[in-house]
Amino acid sequence: MSDAKKWVLGLIAVALVLPLLKPVLPDVVSDYRLFLISTMIIASIAVLGLNLLTGFNGQFSLGHGAFYAVGAYTAAVLMDQLNVPYWATVPIAAIVCFIVGYLFGLPALKLEGHYLALATFALALAVPQILKYKWLEGLTGGVQGIVLPKPEVPFGLPLSEDQWLYYFCLFTMIVLFWAAANMLNSRSGRAMMAIRDQNMAAETTGIDIALYKTVTFGISAAYTGIAGALSASAIAFVAPDSFNIFLSIKFLIGLVVGGIGSLAGSVIGGIFYVLVDNSAQALSQFIKNDLGLQFDLSAYAVFGVLLIAIIYLMPMGIAGGIYLMWHKLRGAR
Amino acid sequence: MKTNRRTFVGGMSAAAVLSGSGVAYSQKKYDDGATDKEIKIGNTNPYSGPASAYGVIGKCIEAYWKSVNEKGGVNGRMVKFITLDDGYSPPKTVEMVRQLVEQEKVLCLFNTLGTPTNTAIHRYMNQRKVPQLYVATGASKWGKPKEFPWTMGYQPDYHTEAVIYAKHILANVKDPKIAVLMQNDDYGKDYWEGFKDGLGKDANKVVKHVTYEVTDPTVDSQTIQMKDSGANVFFNISIPKFAAQSMRKAAEIGWKPVQYLNNVSAQVSTTMKPAGFENVQGVITAAWLKDPTDKQWENDAEIKAWREWMNKYMPGANQSDVNYVYAYSVTFLMEQTLKKCGDNLTRENLMRQAANFQKLRVPGLLPGITVSTSPTDFYPVQAVQLQRFKGESWELFGEVLSAEGS
Repeated sequence: MSDAKKWVLGLIAVALVLPLLKPVLPDVVSDYRLFLISTMIIASIAVLGLNLLTGFNGQFSLGHGAFYAVGAYTAAVLMDQLNVPYWATVPIAAIVCFIVGYLFGLPALKLEGHYLALATFALALAVPQILKYKWLEGLTGGVQGIVLPKPEVPFGLPLSEDQWLYYFCLFTMIVLFWAAANMLNSRSGRAMMAIRDQNMAAETTGIDIALYKTVTFGISAAYTGIAGALSASAIAFVAPDSFNIFLSIKFLIGLVVGGIGSLAGSVIGGIFYVLVDNSAQALSQFIKNDLGLQFDLSAYAVFGVLLIAIIYLMPMGIAGGIYLMWHKLRGAR
Repeated sequence: MKTNRRTFVGGMSAAAVLSGSGVAYSQKKYDDGATDKEIKIGNTNPYSGPASAYGVIGKCIEAYWKSVNEKGGVNGRMVKFITLDDGYSPPKTVEMVRQLVEQEKVLCLFNTLGTPTNTAIHRYMNQRKVPQLYVATGASKWGKPKEFPWTMGYQPDYHTEAVIYAKHILANVKDPKIAVLMQNDDYGKDYWEGFKDGLGKDANKVVKHVTYEVTDPTVDSQTIQMKDSGANVFFNISIPKFAAQSMRKAAEIGWKPVQYLNNVSAQVSTTMKPAGFENVQGVITAAWLKDPTDKQWENDAEIKAWREWMNKYMPGANQSDVNYVYAYSVTFLMEQTLKKCGDNLTRENLMRQAANFQKLRVPGLLPGITVSTSPTDFYPVQAVQLQRFKGESWELFGEVLSAEGS
């Protein structure tokens, strides 16, 4: 345990120092790369939200893009209409998404497994349409979306916008992961997992299943909503087209590839989600232009091949794969 | 050259040109992305996702630069065209464009596709002072040199086109009662706003306004509603699939209004033929590009040259897709812009040259339509011509109408 703790603290220290290396290694630590890491952090938080629901509580969701959109729009509308500062939109988005998630969790109690997956899928399909609805258009800007200001560096700190954004996202991520780790280690966390593992046994030990399931749904939505709010600030623009059904599916891919039911897996899933999507494009360009092979492979074909390879080689996700390898290496010694 | 905002923005480089020695202009000047050997240009296109049908534009542009490079490039420099897939998702566009500008260090962006996607990068490009040239969207907000001196559109915007229809209806239809079918998104609304502006105080002549979602299976019920409203004019703001459905349905149920069809669906092969030629006689639309499926251009020199080029550089591509004509024409304009820059390949000069075309003929545009820009006019193609469907092709009528973009 203390071993793992040391690792986590070490990684956090590296993450904190990283942006400050910009003047020393301007080619490696550029504003663009920091922005890219910020998007990975945001994706990690979103994947963690889904992981709390699916990985630790055993409820399926194909529609977490919907909560992400609600979070993003809550932040955007607050900034646009009420001039709320960007940092204050994050907790408000969390509360709004918790309520939305909780309310959605109530009827979802009646649905199990595949049926719940379908219901959430429908939610993700509906949200971009609802955002365009004429009664909401005054707030959401309809199809045109809302253009937002970028977060400014406070207190006259000598940082670039991207460095500051990075720290802001990193701070939020650390708080959220710390909270999630504590929750999972508590009585409530064990109850959540008991429901996942043995529904009936959990009930006989006196766990209020309906309550736990709906609250978990709310917390999960809140986490993903926070990620959405952060993304609204990072991209400085929201539009219904930003939240199509692919978004939800990408969260699911991040979850499965990173590792279901693992906190570290959520981080890996977030990194994977951003990195592999981009490198798949670079790779397909590379095959075509530099190797001169006349395969017109689309980026998604490369992405698919990578995905199948990973799932085949590491059926428990990357986090599970690393864990197994680590243990094998230790056992060999 | 008068002192205007853009020369001022150029800062040091402009000052050097004005105050330097007489040879200043012939000196080679470069910003990021340009060298003696190469010019780097960035682009995003939806090669995947819901709008991937437009991906052919990026592919065609890529082939065009290949053909330019085979002929020795632009002023001896090879064009390196880097096009990335954004899946029509604005956050992805931001990510890709930052990669192009900050990592690849391209000289400019060219023909980035989509309204929401371009909106997401609009301010970034102008803060960075990197040209965002000839964007592939019909929205009306890309020609604002005062607020956004680094962004320029290309095609006539939807708003202007709709104004032209409205004016034509008021001038030519006696006692018009108008029904409007509209796709419920930004493109549909741009047309609708323009149409209302064009009608002005006669906006009450619209007796029925129905919408559909792009995911709907049919627009049959909307068409019946429009007929029942007693309208005698039908303004059709829909993409080809729904345009064909609605015109066919109108004929089936015996509704015979005067029909105005938006240019988005004016293609013979994708709209008029599936709707049934007998059902679409007399339909009016406005055009600015030559439709390769229209028989009247069969022996046209430009279209012939285009077909030859297509056979060589895009073998197997569907030559009835007007997007290929579009991509060919806009890339021709980009090539001319780079040529005019000569050896002064700074971003500032690139924008100055882009804003300095006088009646340039661009292949693929309708006869009589040319490209003109100025430091205050960032709308390259502004003219359209009305045409009426007759037999199996369009017949141009009236004059070339050039409306000032708002």
